[in-house]
Amino acid sequence: MTIAERPAEASNESEQSLIARICNGDSSRFAELVKPYERRVYATALALLRNDADAQDVAQEAILKAFANLRQFRGESRFSTWLIQITVNEARMRQRKQHAELFEPLDEAKDKDDEGAYTPRDFADWREIPSEALERSEIRALLAKALASLAQKYREVFLLRDVQRMSIEETGKVLNISIASVKTRLLRARLMLRDILGPDMAEGWFSRAPFGKGSKPW
Amino acid sequence: MVVSCEQVWQEISNYLDGEVSPQLRSAMEAHFRECRRCTAVLDGTRNVVHLYADDRLVELPPGFSANWQRKLAETMPLPRGTAYGWLIAVAALALVSGSFALARLNSSVLTPLRSYHAEPGTGVPPGMMVEVAADGKTFHVPGCKYLHKHEHQGEGEVRLVAASEAIREGYVPCVRCLRQYLNR
Repeated sequence: MTIAERPAEASNESEQSLIARICNGDSSRFAELVKPYERRVYATALALLRNDADAQDVAQEAILKAFANLRQFRGESRFSTWLIQITVNEARMRQRKQHAELFEPLDEAKDKDDEGAYTPRDFADWREIPSEALERSEIRALLAKALASLAQKYREVFLLRDVQRMSIEETGKVLNISIASVKTRLLRARLMLRDILGPDMAEGWFSRAPFGKGSKPW
Repeated sequence: MVVSCEQVWQEISNYLDGEVSPQLRSAMEAHFRECRRCTAVLDGTRNVVHLYADDRLVELPPGFSANWQRKLAETMPLPRGTAYGWLIAVAALALVSGSFALARLNSSVLTPLRSYHAEPGTGVPPGMMVEVAADGKTFHVPGCKYLHKHEHQGEGEVRLVAASEAIREGYVPCVRCLRQYLNR
């Protein structure tokens, strides 16, 4: 079984004609175009910035930028990919600004993929995780925290490929890195997340009562 | 083809993405059948990918949609060249021309002529200066001897006004001194 890419969203044709109408002056329909993707825009900004206030701010800026530059969208990629690319760029700009203010270099400076093999640390069997588990806010918080703990270069690749379900090619294009780099970073990101989440997942975390008798939620 | 655990870990991500050759795929599958540790790594990694691919992972903060839509509305230019714009232009034109029509109606119809037997002085140049008596009915070229005696001698004061003003006040042209402007 392989990992599927995100299925085609709104029919490409109707999206294209909607974009054409907006470019011809029907600006009021831009909200209709963006609404299906706003959660993904916000999720991207949040995963990169790890801060809700900054994420909301950057997501909003990205959407406004997409409106201002919609005429430059040539339809070579999906509209959603183009929108996410703008979001990634806006988030990176925000990070650079913040790092410049703190006089700290970005860890991107030493941007060399760890070519050495990654050895999994945890070999316990995972239970089958029911998708209903995501209805529980503590599970979502656990996953978000694990993702936030990854270094930026791994987090970016995992976010686009596995959270946004872009293809490997699209991920490389958005991040401006080679396909080989996408694959290397993706492998590491997936294995690291598995190791981080493993103790909780493997020990039947999901079958436990959230807060059993005598246990404290903190 | 036989693969080691280390090779499997290196390729496990590509395996999930369908990015390995058929030979490597079958070698890895054979390995998984034998190796419980690598199967655990495979299952765990697949679980990670499935969990994070779920759209429910992130909830939109309340008010997020409304905020960006309000910001967007602030940056949007007013509609130009749209049906709405044309509608406004036509309504404004109707209002202006309507008020002019009403003004003309007021001056030409609502002010009664001082003599119902005469014709209105529509042919007289509006800027021409003419003489009228306050209690008279006609306007005249200055010096016209037909300015009624009564008009000269009566209480009514004689004024020199523009023909358009005399017409607006209901005076009619003198059929003698202003004959050339009548019946044209």
